[in-house]
Amino acid sequence: MTQPAIDSPAAAPQTRGGFWRLLRDPMGAVGLTIVVALILSAVFAPWLAPYDPAAINVPIKLQPPSWDHWLGTDQLGRDVLSRALYGGQIALGVALVSTCLAVGIGMILGMAAGFGPRWLDNIIVLSFDTVRAYPVIILALAVGPIFGAGIVTIIGILVATSIPYYGRIVRTSIISAAKSEYVEALLAMGMSRTRIVVRHILPNIIGPILILASMDIPTFIAAEAGLSFLGVGVKPPTSSWGLILDDGYKFIRQTSWLVIAGSVPLILATLGFTFLGEALRDTFDPKLRKEV
Amino acid sequence: MFAYVVRRIGLGFLVLILAISSLYILVQAAPGDPASAMLGPRATPAIKEAFRERLGLDQPLPVQIVKYLWSVAQGDLGTDLKSKQPVWNTLAIHLPRTIELLAAAIVIAAGFGIPLGCMAAVRRNSAFDRIVGVLSVSIIAVPAVVIAIYGMLIFSAGLGWLPAIGAGEDGGILSILHHLILPAIAVGIGWVGYLARLVRASMIEVLSANYIRNARAFGLKERWIIYRYALRIAVAPTVTVLGIGVGIMLGSAVFAEIVFARPGIGKLMYDAVILRNYPVTLGAVLAATLILIVSTTLSDILNAIIDPRFKESGE
Repeated sequence: MTQPAIDSPAAAPQTRGGFWRLLRDPMGAVGLTIVVALILSAVFAPWLAPYDPAAINVPIKLQPPSWDHWLGTDQLGRDVLSRALYGGQIALGVALVSTCLAVGIGMILGMAAGFGPRWLDNIIVLSFDTVRAYPVIILALAVGPIFGAGIVTIIGILVATSIPYYGRIVRTSIISAAKSEYVEALLAMGMSRTRIVVRHILPNIIGPILILASMDIPTFIAAEAGLSFLGVGVKPPTSSWGLILDDGYKFIRQTSWLVIAGSVPLILATLGFTFLGEALRDTFDPKLRKEV
Repeated sequence: MFAYVVRRIGLGFLVLILAISSLYILVQAAPGDPASAMLGPRATPAIKEAFRERLGLDQPLPVQIVKYLWSVAQGDLGTDLKSKQPVWNTLAIHLPRTIELLAAAIVIAAGFGIPLGCMAAVRRNSAFDRIVGVLSVSIIAVPAVVIAIYGMLIFSAGLGWLPAIGAGEDGGILSILHHLILPAIAVGIGWVGYLARLVRASMIEVLSANYIRNARAFGLKERWIIYRYALRIAVAPTVTVLGIGVGIMLGSAVFAEIVFARPGIGKLMYDAVILRNYPVTLGAVLAATLILIVSTTLSDILNAIIDPRFKESGE
């Protein structure tokens, strides 16, 4: 992790071999298959969904699965399969955007803390500790309605509460790298701190960070569904697995199909990304296993 | 050790003050006027102004924060808009239920996770180890809300074995425990997997240490070595993880309390959010944040006490 970037070209063939190793790992193969299937179903939802997910048809409400409606209908007669397919777009979209933003901002703050002046480090670390003091779901439940429930609020909360996690990892890596001889040599040669971080330290820590980020995707997917279930996430008529689950919970005495339709894609997504993240870590950076 | 404990408590206290101040700023910075939000659209400008004055919202923000911190320090969290009682009274009813749920979840997590991880490490690479490995990863991935709803669907609505709603507070201790089973499983089961993996990894590392090899060379019984020497060191990380994990467990507790209509901080907040009962919402966040800060601070201190290496180094 702390080797100079000059070693990084050697990583390319290892990465190619690593992909096959990932596929040979049963957990990796299963995870990758589920993830690819979910991404495809979300991307092609407009073509795969048999009905408009918001189309209400009350006379056929709460129907069990049939040839016309493979996953049945909800309390408003909407086709649950179509809603589940479009729900995948929301789940994956929120998870992807939240992960990218949290990693990006966390890395910038982590770099500033790790290689910046001591006072900046203290301020950033104290801010990280403060944000980590809030239980995420409880904070979201309180703050969500104040800022208005919706995708932007969910992403904002997830990003804000995840930044400290990535920031701390980057900070620790940079502090550890800063003590190494090659960084001392580069400093002695007159290279600027920013250039050393961006050109030499960052390429060495980006891999493990991305693997950790891939392992956080299921947490974001579960959080989006959970917050939508609580009513502070995605608002109807937009479709979300959490909203289907909420409908299922409210009508649990009439039908269990809604619970199944909302939970199965959610479980598949979290399982798929967890399996893939675990396999990615074991394949590309087994050292991380201990650190995690 | 004493210096570390004092420093750790001091840091926890500082973080608590910052967390309360940040939350206050966040609420004030939210779009819209809090007076309009609390009083509703029918409130006249005069009523709104009087309301702002009463809550001190017309004063500069730093003054407001100091006043708020002072009132929180005195246990004054405002008035519950629904019951017209102090928020603290409302919290005092719900907080013990959530702590009870978290404690039960931790008992389940540690009671199953630590032995499973220990056995998997001792039987490394066996079929048992692989099954525990796959099950651990799988169970971590399933969200608590899904486990809670399926628990209710199968064991309450389907089989009728366990109660679907409430905390059983009107009955005896058995009734309370009976009502606690499903919610505690929903909150704690993911942690069984997490702790099993953590203890396994930790045990494997400890079992390969020199002092364990020495203990074997001295002819000590394997069972004695595992439980008396290795496991004691190997469980140390679980204390830290559980301490930090209380934050995630509090989130899971929200779902469990709502699904099982169980009194607690999560259910209280959920109802308060629907009714726009801001003082209760803020009070509940503060209570949850306090629980998390206390648990992380305690876990750090406990970890220092458990791990003998800490005593030696003093760090």
